[in-house]
Amino acid sequence: MANKIIPIGPYHPLQEEPEFFRLHVDGEKVVDMDIELGYNHRVIEKISESKSYDQVTFLVERICGICSTSHPFAYTNAIDDLLGITVPERALYIRTVIGELERIHSHLLWLGLAGHFLGYNTVWMWAWRYREPILDIFERVSGNRNHYAMFKPGGIRRDMHEEDFPWIKKTLKDLIPKFDMFKGAVMDDPVIRARTEGIGVLTKEDIHDYSALGPTARASGVSIDVRKDEPYAAYDKVEWKVITHEGGGVFAKLLVRVLELYESADIIIQCLDKMPKGDIDCGIKDMPIGEGIGRHEAPRGEVFHYISSDGGNSPARHKIRAPSFMNIFSNKKAVIGETISDATIILAAVDPCYCCTERMAVVDYKSGKRIMDGQDLIRLSQEKTERMRK
Amino acid sequence: MKKTQIIENIKVRSGKELLDIKDRSEKRVYFTIKKTVLPKITRYLFNDVKARFNTASGVDTRDAIEILYHFSIDEIGLIISLRVILKKTDLEIESLTPIMRCAEWIEREIHEMLGVNFKGHPNLKHLLLKDDWPEGNCPLRRDQ
Repeated sequence: MANKIIPIGPYHPLQEEPEFFRLHVDGEKVVDMDIELGYNHRVIEKISESKSYDQVTFLVERICGICSTSHPFAYTNAIDDLLGITVPERALYIRTVIGELERIHSHLLWLGLAGHFLGYNTVWMWAWRYREPILDIFERVSGNRNHYAMFKPGGIRRDMHEEDFPWIKKTLKDLIPKFDMFKGAVMDDPVIRARTEGIGVLTKEDIHDYSALGPTARASGVSIDVRKDEPYAAYDKVEWKVITHEGGGVFAKLLVRVLELYESADIIIQCLDKMPKGDIDCGIKDMPIGEGIGRHEAPRGEVFHYISSDGGNSPARHKIRAPSFMNIFSNKKAVIGETISDATIILAAVDPCYCCTERMAVVDYKSGKRIMDGQDLIRLSQEKTERMRK
Repeated sequence: MKKTQIIENIKVRSGKELLDIKDRSEKRVYFTIKKTVLPKITRYLFNDVKARFNTASGVDTRDAIEILYHFSIDEIGLIISLRVILKKTDLEIESLTPIMRCAEWIEREIHEMLGVNFKGHPNLKHLLLKDDWPEGNCPLRRDQ
């Protein structure tokens, strides 16, 4: 039987990284895949060369709508590295709190979507319901539910208030039983387990070959985490552990993310307890000639920023590498040999924003006739779960 | 493996092709090397040290194009950046994709943004720009 091609993508207004997957299928099996990017190339690296160092923080915050603080975090780390400065300790703690709050809300968002694709719409509604309190904390701290604008080179832009701390801690502690519920749903539900365990497996060698990052790598037993490997902000001042799992498949990725929720909540509570008083900004005056590299462990993996300065008011070159740039490439390995109904969840497992499935369509290569669209593919995935439930 | 040992091994492997070392801090080292020795050093870092390839950044410094290949050795939190300077009259360099496939996308990006030709790349087409983008028009070049 001749191979058919399933195009997935390329565009959806909700998706922050439009991409286009072309699955070559033989019957049910995926035999090859092409990935195309660039549908929403916003030239941010070039724009950055025309903005002042302070303005670039706002610019890079707009790269991603979900993990909007990851890029300012990595960018300010790059500036700190370029200047060789030490940021006031209170600012480092507040940076950590914001970074971890974001990890919780991003993981919950992904967990909801994963539930939806597997046909567990209740998980989707729960996860997004319990993401709300995190957004409430953001609103109280920064005034915004997303795009918090808390970061600036050399410190942070606005302080946190001690009188909010008990409420923030209570909100987080109240979420722990909900995390338990998700953990139970993932670990104990035989159908979720059957649908995800051993699916889209990446071995340790694959992780090295594709230089995959974040939860994708940690779910294959590769213990990499910038927060531990090159401690920045306050990550070396609090107790926490890197979550890894040996499974390598979608189940392992699911579990790693759920367990990371606990660690993040714990880090935030410790930071609030230990936060010293003092300045929040060291007041950078001049930018010398030089170069700096900044990294941050975003919810999806390491964000990498390289800044080259010629002594002027704006970066001479600003290179940005988001984690999905490496992780999406690793799909090439993960999805091959699996079935179409599993492809949905495997492509979602590295946590790219996955709304593009809405535009998915199965086309008969010879006649060009449309057979299925995105809704049908989600239905296919949900029906498989339904069959296994019986 | 220790940082000093890795620096020493890179020095030995590159010999006279090593132009400069900047040991900027405990976690950052920049090497400037000739392009001829780049595949050898990459093989050492990626295959022997098992370093992770972060990314590469292409910079137009007006007189030349610089490509920095960033590798991180996660056990010790070190980033090693290999800098290769290409004259604008000879923008050709050996592709690293045959050694590490994770370099495929970034080389395609540098190819279209700065006009560098990666010799031996299996699939040197556009990554971010559209397919019918005018030939030879490179958005990140400063001389265009």
